[in-house]
Amino acid sequence: MKLPFAYLVGLIFGLGISLSGMANPAKVINFFDVAGTWDPSLAFVMGGGVIVTFIGYRLVLSRSKPLFERDFGLPKRTDIDARLIGGSLIFGVGWGIAGYCPGGALPALGTGNLTVLLFVVALLAGIVLTRIGETYLSDKEGTANG
Amino acid sequence: MITEFTPIASLIGGALIGLAAVVLMLTLGRVMGATGILAGAIFPSGSGDRGWRIALLLGMLSGPWLFKLISGAFPVIDVPMSPLMITVGGLIVGIGVTLGSGCTSGHGVCGLARISRRSLIAVLSFMFSTAVTVYVIRHVLGIG
Repeated sequence: MKLPFAYLVGLIFGLGISLSGMANPAKVINFFDVAGTWDPSLAFVMGGGVIVTFIGYRLVLSRSKPLFERDFGLPKRTDIDARLIGGSLIFGVGWGIAGYCPGGALPALGTGNLTVLLFVVALLAGIVLTRIGETYLSDKEGTANG
Repeated sequence: MITEFTPIASLIGGALIGLAAVVLMLTLGRVMGATGILAGAIFPSGSGDRGWRIALLLGMLSGPWLFKLISGAFPVIDVPMSPLMITVGGLIVGIGVTLGSGCTSGHGVCGLARISRRSLIAVLSFMFSTAVTVYVIRHVLGIG
């Protein structure tokens, strides 16, 4: 039952993105353009998402485990490091340039839009290059320490 | 480019995003972060970790089709950016979300709903740098 539910989750998410306007870079950028053609819609997307998730998580996480897994895979880290802040700052620069975040672009790709495809290919390249770079750096560090 | 203020559609759309996050936590016990799901589909943490991610991504791609079935048309996509900006922006987003361990859905929706301090810091950081970037591109460089 895992795969049908995973598909259903993606479908609900993709429908939500489509309805919310997050698949539209012009609308996303306008949220941040308070000094220009401001469109506050994105605040309602975030608000709706956080409120439903806040309530739903309280109900779900009061269970001992999820329906189809042995335990909840929740992030456990609580420390604030330079990587978290620096990475998030970098993400914002890219979001401001392209107008797409990963959650907005992936459903939008379903429309067959070639500009979105270009974004997703560049996004994948960025993810893969960063992972490879990190592996290389940590190997080097490991050798130096060893 | 002016876009219409759509509080009701955006609120319902946001609520659906939240519903997806809740159903994923209830069924598979995972956080609904687009970055984590995509990155994990390329670099799965073990056998059996890839299938559900692929299924979820396929569901995401079907989202606009369900939207079209209900409303009669695909969602509006206006891209006032050049292909170069899309490519450079996409690369930078990929680097940033990997280093920052998440994006708007993971940190922004799921993280804030869990009152995670890390997610709050991440959201404040990327909201700030996005706003600065948009200001510089539109009002200093005069693009878009």
